[in-house]
Amino acid sequence: MPLDFVLWAVLAWLLIGTLGLMALRHLKLVARVLFPAGALVGLCLFGAAALALDTPPHTLILPLGLPGLPFHFRLDALAAFFLMLIGACSAGISLFAGGYFRQGEGTPPGLLCFEFHLFLASMTLVIIADDAYAFMVFWESMALSSYFLVIANHRLAEIRRAGYLYLLMAHVGAVGILLCFGVLQAHTGDYTFQNLRTQQLPPAAASLGFLLALFGFGTKAGMLPLHIWLPEAHPAAPSPVSALMSGVMLKTALYGLLRITFDILHTPQWWWGVVLLGLGLATALFGVVYAAVQVDMKRLLAYSSVENMGLMLAGTGLAALFSAYHMYPMAALALSAVLYHAFSHACFKSLLFLATGSVLHATHERSLGKLGGLIRTMPWVAWLTLIGTLTSAGLPPLGGFVSEWLLLQSFLFTPGLPNSFLNMLVPVVAAVIALVAALAGYTMVKFYGVIFLGQPREDKLAQAKDARWLERLGMLWLVAGCLGLGLFPAPLLAFTHETMHLLTGTSLAEVTQQSFWLLIPVAQQSASYGPIIFLLGVVSCSLLAYAFVRWFYHGQLRRGAPWDCGFAAQTPRMQDTAEGFGQPIRQIFEPFFTLQRELPSAFDQAPHYRVQIFDPFWNWLYQPVVLMLNVCSRTVGHLQQGRIARYLLYSFLTLIAILLLVKR
Amino acid sequence: MSALIAQFINLLAALLLMLSFAMLAQRRILTLIHLFTLQGITLVLSTTVVGYVTSQPHLYYSALLTLLLKVLLIPALLYRVIDRLRVRREVETLINIPTIMLLGILLVMLAFYLAQPLSQMSSSVARGTLGIALACVLLSFMTMITRSKALPQVIAFLSMENGLFFAATSATYGMPMVVELGIALDVLVGILILGVFLFHIREQFDSLDMSNLEQLRDE
Repeated sequence: MPLDFVLWAVLAWLLIGTLGLMALRHLKLVARVLFPAGALVGLCLFGAAALALDTPPHTLILPLGLPGLPFHFRLDALAAFFLMLIGACSAGISLFAGGYFRQGEGTPPGLLCFEFHLFLASMTLVIIADDAYAFMVFWESMALSSYFLVIANHRLAEIRRAGYLYLLMAHVGAVGILLCFGVLQAHTGDYTFQNLRTQQLPPAAASLGFLLALFGFGTKAGMLPLHIWLPEAHPAAPSPVSALMSGVMLKTALYGLLRITFDILHTPQWWWGVVLLGLGLATALFGVVYAAVQVDMKRLLAYSSVENMGLMLAGTGLAALFSAYHMYPMAALALSAVLYHAFSHACFKSLLFLATGSVLHATHERSLGKLGGLIRTMPWVAWLTLIGTLTSAGLPPLGGFVSEWLLLQSFLFTPGLPNSFLNMLVPVVAAVIALVAALAGYTMVKFYGVIFLGQPREDKLAQAKDARWLERLGMLWLVAGCLGLGLFPAPLLAFTHETMHLLTGTSLAEVTQQSFWLLIPVAQQSASYGPIIFLLGVVSCSLLAYAFVRWFYHGQLRRGAPWDCGFAAQTPRMQDTAEGFGQPIRQIFEPFFTLQRELPSAFDQAPHYRVQIFDPFWNWLYQPVVLMLNVCSRTVGHLQQGRIARYLLYSFLTLIAILLLVKR
Repeated sequence: MSALIAQFINLLAALLLMLSFAMLAQRRILTLIHLFTLQGITLVLSTTVVGYVTSQPHLYYSALLTLLLKVLLIPALLYRVIDRLRVRREVETLINIPTIMLLGILLVMLAFYLAQPLSQMSSSVARGTLGIALACVLLSFMTMITRSKALPQVIAFLSMENGLFFAATSATYGMPMVVELGIALDVLVGILILGVFLFHIREQFDSLDMSNLEQLRDE
């Protein structure tokens, strides 16, 4: 039974974590044995979930937890897809983590190992939970274990602050989810998903449930006004943890949203789709614009995660829109794109975060302004990261292109919604998505170019050491994921068919004839994509050009200094910097930014240029809330004067008030 | 016979109320302790009488317990404390005495108003005294609020417990023995702990003025 395998995998992870606790300070044991063992368990989970895709849903009730409230588990196609994602990604990340964690990083390695595997186990259990109670328990343990991972280096005040913000937002979101389940159970008092599914809620209640779910899961997913924790927590965490959070944990939010919108509430209303679409697009655009101007490499990737989650939310919104108008094949197409993007984002974003980890260990620098030219000293990391950046930029023939292309297909080839206003909206939305994809490419060029290309900006970069073999292995696995997702989209998309069937009642396979080589989303005559053919084309063109230059041109290699614009005294610090690269974007989107800039005067002997970009939502949304809370607490604080007579008076008055109340 | 005894209980209740008022108005700590002891004696008497009328032997035990604790042990402890701390002198109240007395009269009226429906439900011989018992509780509370020194507050707290005890015997013929024992023990432990606290407060601030504790407030 696949569900049993999944539970065994969870148990194995917990066991590994406990062993880590026992070997608290044995770095060798934890790094060389326990983390790779965790990776193996991840692979097993991947296999079990792949098996579960084709089998009918399987349920299990475990008499754990509170008396009379057992944990319900259920493994269906949707859960299986996300379990595949968790298993596949965590395998690579665990391998890398084995090589990454070192002595003296604040938390002892054994404790990190425990928290790491507890985090993995909780994410798995969240996916297979089949009642609200179990879901909330595992959701909380996921938030807590990841909180402790984020503050692994808790000696820095900045990291503690980021961790606190993360914990706070996680709990604000959890309250939303809890209330959502409260609405969905419709006074039956039975919180199993089986019961929630059978409830026929009135439209207002269903909408309220949906909005609460959007709030709760949106907080976790980094949806626009609630994304605030994400760019703080991701850079603060150790890199494998950032990879896990960005690559995998954000997807549990997507899972929850899909589960509630399409499975439990089963009939989306059209305006839900519009809300999701709008918020998703705003998130994507905001994320990518902010990613383009960041100068901290991990923060850049964090904003890029915000952008990708925005794209997924927009796709989900489109699917909800189609479902509401009973256009199920189109809904299936949009959802396939979302799931495919979730998987490829998990692969490439984990890969990129791991790469930043290697760079961080080799150079102790997170600021892009102090890196550069690392492709010479760290060739392994540089070449593997190149694949990741290309995928992230959405270039064919890699994974990111397939999902973005599918998403655009579902926008552009819609046969027309019955609502004329929405029909006008859809092409505009498609244009915004194209803009986001282009800007994402720009951001990735900046990320890769500034870190790995050009000349080293600091002297110490010459001593940077390449990643070790466990780290290379982990990254290779994720690169294989990026390549595989890019080169074999048709057979891999088949994995989502069962999930689509579950969510929309139909799937791509039932709409169009699929072939192994070609990906045909709508119809053969409108569009199709054959990545292998594309790859062959690219490779043969390159070879032809090479051969042409080699044989028909003079064919001799000549090395010379590049033109220095007539200014001979050049240093590596004169290269295009991260700030410089982002400057056009900053100019174009000027009104979006809250900047603080220090410009040097013309006569300054030691000129300094500094620009700092703040998240405007701090000022717009969060500061007023903080201010209001402060005012409230100060008002309440007047009650507390420190005089015993006054406190006694309070209880006296309360007593009399209660007595009078009882009298009535 | 029973009418006479009911009158006697009412007399004792009135005495208790008078004593509470006296405590409310009293400035001197030593006199406060005397008044507290007198309150205890009144309680012992009333409990014994109620026990005799209703022929419930457990009320005798309860009376005995009261005698030991509230008439003998606690006053003795309090005398020792004021001896050690040398605080026999007068203490000023936070509000002037006439105002306190007026507020106290208002409180008694309130207590009677509140107790009216309850005493109609009760079937005991001393049901009319419930209002007085409640008034005693409220007056003691008031005493506690209006004193700024620790020791009068402790005594007022104990006298509040007296009021509760009187309410219990007059309305329902006393609480179950277990509860009563528990409360007696609580009072005993409470007075011991408060004694320790008094010494510590004295050590820390060189006085027993509670306004010193304002410094402990978190800004």
